[in-house]
Amino acid sequence: MQLFDNVQLALTSLWANKMRALLTMLGIIIGIGSVIAIVTLGDSLTGNITEDLQGLGVSNITVSLQQKNEDSGDMVHLFGPSQPEESDLITDEMIAEYQDAFEGQIAAISLTQSVGVGQVTQQDTSANVTVTGVNADYMNANDVTLLAGRFIQDTDGERQIAVVSDLFCETIFGTSSSQVLGREFEMTVNNQLLRFYVVGIYEYEDNGFLSLTGEDPVTDFYIPLDTARKVSGASQGYQSFTVVASASADTSWLLEQTKSFFSSYYTRNPSYTATASNMEAMVEMMTSMLGTVQVAISAIAAISLLVGGIGVMNIMLVSITERTREIGTRKALGAPGIAIRMQFITEAVVICSIGGIIGILLGLIMGASGAALLGYAVRPSLSAIATAVGFSMAIGVFFGYYPANKAAKMDPIEALRYE
Amino acid sequence: MSQQPIIEMKGIVKTYNVGQPNELEILHGVDLTVYPGEFVAIVGESGSGKSTLMNIIGALDRPTKGSYILDGLDIAQAGDKELSRIRNQKIGFVFQTFNLIARTSALKNVELPMLYAGIGAKERTQRARELLHLVQMDQREKHQPNELSGGQKQRVAIARALANHPSLLLADEPTGALDSATSRTVMDLFHQLHRSGMTIVLITHSQQLAEECSRILTLRDGQFIGERKGAGPSAVI
Repeated sequence: MQLFDNVQLALTSLWANKMRALLTMLGIIIGIGSVIAIVTLGDSLTGNITEDLQGLGVSNITVSLQQKNEDSGDMVHLFGPSQPEESDLITDEMIAEYQDAFEGQIAAISLTQSVGVGQVTQQDTSANVTVTGVNADYMNANDVTLLAGRFIQDTDGERQIAVVSDLFCETIFGTSSSQVLGREFEMTVNNQLLRFYVVGIYEYEDNGFLSLTGEDPVTDFYIPLDTARKVSGASQGYQSFTVVASASADTSWLLEQTKSFFSSYYTRNPSYTATASNMEAMVEMMTSMLGTVQVAISAIAAISLLVGGIGVMNIMLVSITERTREIGTRKALGAPGIAIRMQFITEAVVICSIGGIIGILLGLIMGASGAALLGYAVRPSLSAIATAVGFSMAIGVFFGYYPANKAAKMDPIEALRYE
Repeated sequence: MSQQPIIEMKGIVKTYNVGQPNELEILHGVDLTVYPGEFVAIVGESGSGKSTLMNIIGALDRPTKGSYILDGLDIAQAGDKELSRIRNQKIGFVFQTFNLIARTSALKNVELPMLYAGIGAKERTQRARELLHLVQMDQREKHQPNELSGGQKQRVAIARALANHPSLLLADEPTGALDSATSRTVMDLFHQLHRSGMTIVLITHSQQLAEECSRILTLRDGQFIGERKGAGPSAVI
């Protein structure tokens, strides 16, 4: 008895009871469908978040000040973190020493001084921008793509120059071509009216889920570090900065070294220390969190599959009872027990496989539309699909075996006499 | 006759519920010898043990006591697997209720015993077509049982019984569910097969049908009580 004949036989008998077969499959369809939907959604989510974070530079190390944990009941902490004093900040000297100590390991050190939100008004239009003082390395550390002009340089001092986005240029000047370079405009920031001129235009990138995109996105507006300090009245020094490891560097080693290098400056500081971290840990954490959620939901789906499997077993028992005479006839014609067993196991496997395939399709549709609704690129998981197919077939074998065996063991005389 | 018999039964006893209070002996030592090419009728009232004897002849059941050699094979000692193989290769069953597989074409029904014999698809289909031609059902090979009349069904069933060149055609009331005209065509088919050398055992309660066979055995209360020659096809009115 060949497999092909068995499959054909199974399809014939399922076709004869279409509605019943479909209802039986429902449990399998729902179970497999929900697993595939969730895995597809989860994989799309993880993939996109990882990509977004990688865009921010997963291998970048962020060095930042951190308040030392004082559990002496200091009431001040209850009202939010206190601002670090100027003497607590990371100084240019520390950074210079660090750069010397790890020469060759470091590709760039990106320094920033945030100023605040500024408003640029030109005739009838206006645009909001996030004003940030940066050094030359900022561009390398943050994948800024320059479209025209130049980026901020370390020799720019306190000049009133700015690198702006193409989007900003479109809004304010009506064009983003290089004609804009050198154009002057006024900006209100920190209650000061300041005059800047454009030296460079960079390409604005939508950060996906990380940016809260309104109708008018607030784009970044880069000015020299010293200008930023003057405008914001900030003190010399940094609360945080970013290190870009060189391509040849061992990032995790560098991370540890950086951590201990900077914390050594703060051993005697009573309230602050410096710490280093990178995005890799964050990505890992997020991935494992999503993984846990997926496992939990898959467990629920597994219960649905179990219920579906029992449904298949039930319908197979009904089916063999209905077909007792057929089984008797087959046995009289010389079918050995194994042929009968295979016939009914195949039928159960065919039910489950069809259910599984429908479930996979439905799951993919649901997962894909879910991911599309949330604005993520869809990533169907091939391994999940393969597992789903294998699993649904296994359910067929497992829950089909008992009824099939019952059929195989029927007494042909009794079966032929069955009314 | 010097030929080796197809059926050689000696002292067949069949007892149900052995060792229990409701123990029941149906056959009390039946002897039966059928030679190749014979057309034998076994006649008996209901309750005479006909069905039990047919089940044993057809290798669906084993006797409690006695020996049964079918075409040189010992049935009394065979295991379940062996019995399946014997039914498949040596015996062609024709049932009163046809027992065609539902929702399966006439052609596929005839192919079925060959499927279990492990014959390849091409050869199966070819032989099934030949057999359907033999029973004059070749125009209906695609038809399913519910699209066939009783007589047509029985002819397909006979074609199916012949699929694996059996040594014995075992017919259990083959005309019991048919009207007299269609019964006639079915019996004519048996005579045709008999003429071409097939060994046939016909189990029936109808004396009239039995008369058409070459030898008539009468079963009563689990024992043969008489044996006589039949008139053969000439008995047909």
